Amino acid sequence: MSATVIMRATAASDPSPAREAPIPRTRRPRYWVRNVVVETLCLALGFVLIIWSLMPIYNMIMIALSEHGDVFSGDIWPHHPSFQSFVIVWTEGFWYLARFWEQFGNSFFVGLMTMFMTLLIGSLTSFTIGRLRLRHGWLLTNAALLTYVIPASFLAIPFYRIMQIYGMGDNRWSVIAAMVTFATPYAIFIFQQYGKSIPMELDESARMDGATPLQIYVRIYLPLMAPALVAVGTYALLLAWNEYLYQFLLLSSPDVMTVPVALAQFLNSDESPWNYMMATAIVYALPPIIMYYTFRRYMAAGLTMGGVKG
Amino acid sequence: MSSTQQTLAAGRPMAANRPWRPVWPGGLPIGWRGSEFCWAIAFLVPYLAVFLAFVVYPVAFGLWMGGKPELYAELAADPLYVHTVVNTLLFVGIGVNVKMFLAFLLSGYFTSRSRWIRALLVLYMLPWALPAIPAFLAVHWMLVGKWGFLNSLLETVFGIEGPIWFNSYWLALGANILAYIWKWMPFWTLIFMAGRMAIPRDIYEAADVDGATPVRRFVYVTFPLLAGLYLICTLLSTVWMIGDFTTVYFVSGGAPALTTEVLATLGMHEAFDSGNPPLGVAAVMSALPLLIPLTIVLMRKVHVSGVQL
Repeated sequence: MSATVIMRATAASDPSPAREAPIPRTRRPRYWVRNVVVETLCLALGFVLIIWSLMPIYNMIMIALSEHGDVFSGDIWPHHPSFQSFVIVWTEGFWYLARFWEQFGNSFFVGLMTMFMTLLIGSLTSFTIGRLRLRHGWLLTNAALLTYVIPASFLAIPFYRIMQIYGMGDNRWSVIAAMVTFATPYAIFIFQQYGKSIPMELDESARMDGATPLQIYVRIYLPLMAPALVAVGTYALLLAWNEYLYQFLLLSSPDVMTVPVALAQFLNSDESPWNYMMATAIVYALPPIIMYYTFRRYMAAGLTMGGVKG
Repeated sequence: MSSTQQTLAAGRPMAANRPWRPVWPGGLPIGWRGSEFCWAIAFLVPYLAVFLAFVVYPVAFGLWMGGKPELYAELAADPLYVHTVVNTLLFVGIGVNVKMFLAFLLSGYFTSRSRWIRALLVLYMLPWALPAIPAFLAVHWMLVGKWGFLNSLLETVFGIEGPIWFNSYWLALGANILAYIWKWMPFWTLIFMAGRMAIPRDIYEAADVDGATPVRRFVYVTFPLLAGLYLICTLLSTVWMIGDFTTVYFVSGGAPALTTEVLATLGMHEAFDSGNPPLGVAAVMSALPLLIPLTIVLMRKVHVSGVQL
């Protein structure tokens, strides 16, 4: 093993063909030609990827900056860029947007409540299965896993009916319930996986000192789970913020409407001001983008935690 | 309460002999002390309540709604439904495989040591960070009509007159698939990047010493080691894509003339536009013969390899 490393170090420090001879490498004649070709290909691929990733987003910004008349003018950059549509959104100056900030608040309310309930229910459940070592706890884990793979859209029609039976139609809590239902399975997996890294001896010694399970949960489990709580909290908040179908089905009156539902209202007419719609879409997209880039490390950690044993 | 405790206390010594019973590190069997059992039950009540009220009941209700055989006869007689099934298979089959394969290749590109490629990753992730509606509205408006952005670009830069994308079945279907790939490929690229980083460096060093070319390194080292992860991700992605509603709803919206609908959008369409919820439920439930085997294989795989997403 160490011989391998040394040989590799030699090869890396001096790539001249003369020194290559003792090392059984074949077919590596002109390093610089190969490097230039590889580098060029990498640059070309990077260029293609930038265009691929950013083209629709550029189009969205361009429409938001254009004036109403020239949305379909055939231009590829705005000739008279103006921030008028953002001002309209900010001041709620169009009738689809008349209660924009209230709807923004509704979206935040739904997101924060989903986050809070998911963290609470998910951590209690995984604490019970993982730390209190509930017998048959795996049954619950499996049930949760099964929920995780049920497509949400397939459950939407019965869910809509059920919410009417529960008397929760046109109520923000019905959306929160739906989002918590779909976020808790993920929370339980991540918490159980992460919880394995917390030594059981801590619980044991607390128990020796006479701590109840509630005290162990609050004083030991939750503080040590902080990174996983951040990852799952971000996930739940974004899930609720980004979701469309359930909010569209369950929220219909302007009082309880969230931003995605209000945004889709623009599509009810063929003559809507698309620049206002795109400006609304951009304002709506900003909080999740900020969260993704702020918590990127946590989210990637959460998404792949222990995810790759090969 | 106390009777429960007594029952448990009486049951304990027998259960303690079983080998799988969890034990303290010191070797003492954990007792299910009465108070702990009560705590455990109290802690589980919230999740059980959510599970019963919002999973079990809706699933049972859905099965009841879509359980009548006449509904399936009605669906089978509807040419639109048959067409939709074909669309769903094309959408999912092409979408998942192209996306996963490209994501796998790109994960290698983005794990390279060059600094500007790392910087590029930040931009590449942007479609994933966008909420679904703005993302798909942006794609729709890029392609819509005669003078959407893409056609304007083709005209200005290359002098080509672009097609009317949503007037052609194949172009509209292709737009749906590409939009889905555009939105979700960054996510899977990140997953595969984490997978690649977990491969020990020694293996590559050994391969280098043996004179492996990059292609052989990929074929004989990277791919075999990540094959399990690739399979699980593909299965999970398939399950999610079968249930995907927003892409088709916002990008093509079924255009031209409802020919590009998939099962998820057809179900909503039947239930809320045509006012026939049982038929809508039956439409989405007809995906179960595909979904259930996938789920079973997925759950077995996840349990075997301990993968958690």
